[in-house]
Order: sequence, then C-alpha cells, then structure tokens
Amino acid sequence: MTFYIPQDTTALALGADAVAAALQAAGNEPVRNGSRGLFWLEPLLEVETDQGRIGFGPVSAEDIPSILDALSDDASAHPLYQGEIAAIPYLASQQRLTYARSGEGDPLCLDNYRRLDGFTGLKNALALSGQQIVDQVKESGLRGRGGAAFPAGIKWQTVHGCDAAQKYIVCNADEGDSGTFADRLVMESDPYQLIEGMTIAGLAVGATQGYIYLRSEYPKAHQLLNAAIEKATVANFLGDNIQGSGKRFDLEVRLGAGAYICGEETSLLESLEGKRGMVRAKPPLPAIEGLFGKPTVVNNVLTLAAISTILAQGAAAYQNFGMGRSRGTLAIQLAGNIKRGGLIELAFGVTLRQVVEDYGQGTFSGRPIRAIQVGGPLGAFLPESQWDTPMDYEAFAAIKAMIGHGGVVVFDDTADMAAQARFAMEFCVAESCGKCTPCRIGSVRGVEVIDRIVAGENRDDNLILLHELCDTMEMGSLCAMGGMTPFPVRSALTHFGQDFGTSSQDLSGSGDH
Amino acid sequence: MGVGRLSSHQTQGAVSTLVEQYKDLPGAMLPLLHAIQAELGYVPDSAVPVIAKGLNLSRAEVHGVISFYHDFKTHPVGKHSVQICRAEACQSMGSRQLEAHAKALLGVDYHETTADGNITLEPVYCLGNCACSPSIRIDDDIHARVSPERFEQLISQLGVSK
Repeated sequence: MTFYIPQDTTALALGADAVAAALQAAGNEPVRNGSRGLFWLEPLLEVETDQGRIGFGPVSAEDIPSILDALSDDASAHPLYQGEIAAIPYLASQQRLTYARSGEGDPLCLDNYRRLDGFTGLKNALALSGQQIVDQVKESGLRGRGGAAFPAGIKWQTVHGCDAAQKYIVCNADEGDSGTFADRLVMESDPYQLIEGMTIAGLAVGATQGYIYLRSEYPKAHQLLNAAIEKATVANFLGDNIQGSGKRFDLEVRLGAGAYICGEETSLLESLEGKRGMVRAKPPLPAIEGLFGKPTVVNNVLTLAAISTILAQGAAAYQNFGMGRSRGTLAIQLAGNIKRGGLIELAFGVTLRQVVEDYGQGTFSGRPIRAIQVGGPLGAFLPESQWDTPMDYEAFAAIKAMIGHGGVVVFDDTADMAAQARFAMEFCVAESCGKCTPCRIGSVRGVEVIDRIVAGENRDDNLILLHELCDTMEMGSLCAMGGMTPFPVRSALTHFGQDFGTSSQDLSGSGDH
Repeated sequence: MGVGRLSSHQTQGAVSTLVEQYKDLPGAMLPLLHAIQAELGYVPDSAVPVIAKGLNLSRAEVHGVISFYHDFKTHPVGKHSVQICRAEACQSMGSRQLEAHAKALLGVDYHETTADGNITLEPVYCLGNCACSPSIRIDDDIHARVSPERFEQLISQLGVSK
C-alpha cells in the first residue's frame, strides 16, 4: 500500500504535516503529493490498494490508527472513507485538463510528470516552427485567464513579429484576488506544467528568458517552484540546450512584495524592473515594449499552463470545450462561506447556481446564500436573480459582472452589503498605485460618501454623488483597479439597497450608464 | 527573521555585501530588498544610500520603492509576524470578528508590535486559502479555519505576548 498526503498550502494549513507524522510513526512513509483541489476534504489521505486508489477525508493525526485498522479489514466501514478517488462525484464530474495531474503524485517528481503525459507538448513544440506554435494557440481560441480574457494567440503573434535581440516571457503569478487559488494549485501541485508552458511560449516567440512574478503571500509555491526549476534545468528541460535541440530558455522566480496592483501587467513589469509598481499608460503595448523595453509576453499562470495541454492534445481538442467565444475550460474557485469549497475545472457555460448548489452544497454556516461575488474584489455582487447566468465572458459582461480569474466568493444572509461596498472602496484606497486621480482620490471620497449614506446624511444628494463618482472612476481611471472598483459598489447598491438604509428604487442611479 | 541587534557598523557591512551580490542582476531592487529584510528583519534608513550608490539610483528612487510595497519594513519588527487576511472570502467567514479579537488579545493595532517584541500584527489581502477561511499566516505557515479560540492556541505556541 502507498499512502499519499498532500503538501499544498491548504492541506498544510489544515494539519497535513501532523497526519504525515502519524503515518510515519506507524511505519508508513507517505508520498507528499499535491492537492486535488477538493479542499473540503483536506487533509485528504489517499491510499493505493489492491482495490484501487481510495480516500479518507478530512483526516487528522488522531484518525490514523483507526484508518490503518480499517485498511486491514473493511476500509469502507470507516466514517471518513470517501471511496475511490476518481469516482468522488465532485471530481468525477469535472472536465480536468489543467488539473488532470493535480494530486496524482509528488509535484517535484519528473518521472511522475512524464508518466502522466508531461512534456508531450514541449516535445511536439520542438518539432514546430515558432509561427506554427503561435498558429496552434490562435486556433485553440485560448483567452487570457488572468481576467482580461485577451486572445493569447494574438498577443503571441505580436511578440513573434517583433524584431529584437532579447524578448521575454513573463508569467503573472501575482494571484491577488480574494477567492482565488487556481494559480497556486498549479504551482504547488503541478509546477512542471507551468515550466513547460513557458518554455513553449519562449520557443514560439523567440524569447530565451522567462520570469515568474510570484506574490510573496505564497511561500510554499515559492519553495516548490524554485525546486522544480532546478530539477527541470538539471534534466535539460530548461537551460541552453533543451532536450538536445540547441534551443535555450532560462527561468527565474521573482517575488512580489505585497502590492495587489502588481497583478496589473504593466505595474508588474515596473516591479520586475525594480521600480514602484506604477501602472503604465498603453500604448506602447507590453508585447512591443514590455520588460526592460523589450517585446514581452505577459500571461497568467493558467494561460501558460493550458499551453502544454494545447500542444500535447492539439488545438482542436482544446477548442472543443466551452461556449461562444469562451473556449476551453475555466478553473472555478469556490470559496468563502461554502460547505464544499475547492477547485472546479469545467468547460465554460456552467451556471453559477450549479456551482454553488451542486458542487458547493450551500453555505458553510448552513444559512441561505445572499450574495455571490465573482471575479475578485473588482467583481460585482450577484443576487439570486442572476445566478442562472452561464459562466462565459460575454454573458457576465452583459450583466455588468465579470468572470475575471474565476473566483467565486459566497456570502450568507448575515452579510452587510453596505459594509462590503465600503470595503471595495477601502481596498482601492489601500492598493491604488496612485498614478491617476480618479482611482487615488475617488476611492477615498467613495469611502466617505458611503459612510454618509449609511449614516442617513443628505441621502438623496449623496447617492447621486456616489453614482457620479463611480462614473468618473469607471471612465477616467488608467486601469481596472479604479475602473472596476465601482462594480461591487454599484451592484451592492442596486441589488441590496436595504443595507444602505434605503429602498432599492432610489439606488439604481440615473440609468444612463 | 533577522536578529535586529547588530551594530550600525555590522548593519552597513551586511547591506554592502548584499548590494555587491545583487547589483548586476537585471531588476535587482526587489530581490535585494527582500534579501536585506531577510538578513536584518527590516530595511534600515542607513541602507538607502548604500543601495542607491550600488544600483546607480537616487536615494529618492530607493525610498520610493521601499515605501510603495507593503512588505518592506523600515523599523525593527517582532520576532514573529502574524498576518490576518482581510479579504472578502475571509470576511464572509467572520474575519472581521477575528481581527477585533486578535487586536484585543495582543493589545496592539495593525502594524504594531507587542510590548515584549514577540509579535508584529499585520493585515494581508488574501493568502490564497479561500475555501477554508478565515486564514492567517504566522511567519511562513498558513493556518485555515481560524476561530478566535484557535487563534489563541496558535498565539500561545509563540510564547509570551501581551
């Protein structure tokens, strides 16, 4: 029997190390695998037995003796028994491409990665010209998974077409949105996939240096990525002669320093260059003048991870998933006040209700769901009337919401939506880079105006003022930070007006925006 | 976390060594500041001219970078760093109450250090552990589903702090 106990942040935060120690004490050295992303079951103990790979969860160190007893008798009789891992409905019903390997084995084991189809995409890419790789990415319909959903192939084509002695691949791993952990899960559970995707990107556009800009809030991912890069370099999957092809690609992790705005691509580039993370005006596009003024591909972790799938299985196979112009799979991260939170990878098109009800099984507190915030701190709060919207970039844009990076945060009926609207402005105060006035000053005024509305001070005038302020921020800000902070604020006003001490009819604004 | 009891001469020596080590790296500033902070626990004012000279920048530019990022401290901090997540997922699971409890228990506000120098309390906007909120970070360890009682247990493991 082989035992597996994850080493990802969530499993560790729930006591996985103590479980591993208990297994060791009983003479069973566990493999420290990645997580499946079924976080409601973490720490999830998996055991490879004659009857297949079965699971127990959530386990604590105290459960180990009884689990070991059950394994020598009737495992299914144990109260924490979850059956065969691959048959757990939460997992079995997903369409896992990016997370197919997640949790299978030791994330740093190269043999395991290769056994599970790893580096097939790279092998295929090495037989293609740069333009042919770019064509594959275009054909796949892959759009940037960081939030803006820009077609990845178009971005790559621009960088490919630039004539420059040095180009860069930059991975945006500054996953700052609350309710998101999809990037972290890739980096902690399947880091070679990201390395492979970035290497393919380098081959495609002619870049020899890559940087992963990782947020400092992810110490475990930092440790695992550095170890993975070292092992991949030793095995010639990185370095100056990748698999004997004569092609070069070097990769380095750079740590952010606790600034949310550095998830915005131009701010990220400034930070990588060693400066304050101030947003740049576009044009010039980073694809033409990016890092150190050179042509640069900046893509999110999930975008780059998907590249290895696309090159391994073909653009058509990837393109087959999804709806409309949203192709492939979406990594939905179910979080907040939810009974069964975790990573849910599905083709675009599933409704929010299916996610929170079928997968999530309602709130953790057991109370009714009141609001769902999708897409991080700049995403709208959605009332029940909007939960049947399919998760598709265009369908969400049509209701003034966004999918963003795929984070879904659930609030129960005790949530104070006026306080959440205030927090949206407060967060913008703390995290604005300060370059443009609507964001820097508008957010400060936003907090003040919301306080006055809640206090009942000149309510009608202040509501008009708040809407005008939101207009100014939306239209006048340089980037999405100031430009989208009004989304959660306005949605809270429109759908949860009673929390502001007034009826919702007064709150919908002038209707001209 | 740094020792914090070095003489100014030793501090300058440590900073100079790190500047030499990092100055030729493209975009050296953030890796250098992280390295200084890892060594000393904070980035002292006296490091600014040394960094500026090594990276061929003005002192204002160096100061500008240090003050932009939440991570960089310009004063000595506690032996342990305790961060409480303030982001939405944790709020939905009661982090506002946890914040209030933590401040009362430790007798400090955010960005302050307990009187015995043991713990510095900081806010953080998301630890990426949002399916098992509320989350806190103690040094490099993340903890999930932290109730006020669990918080007290975790703090008691860090030694005396009041």
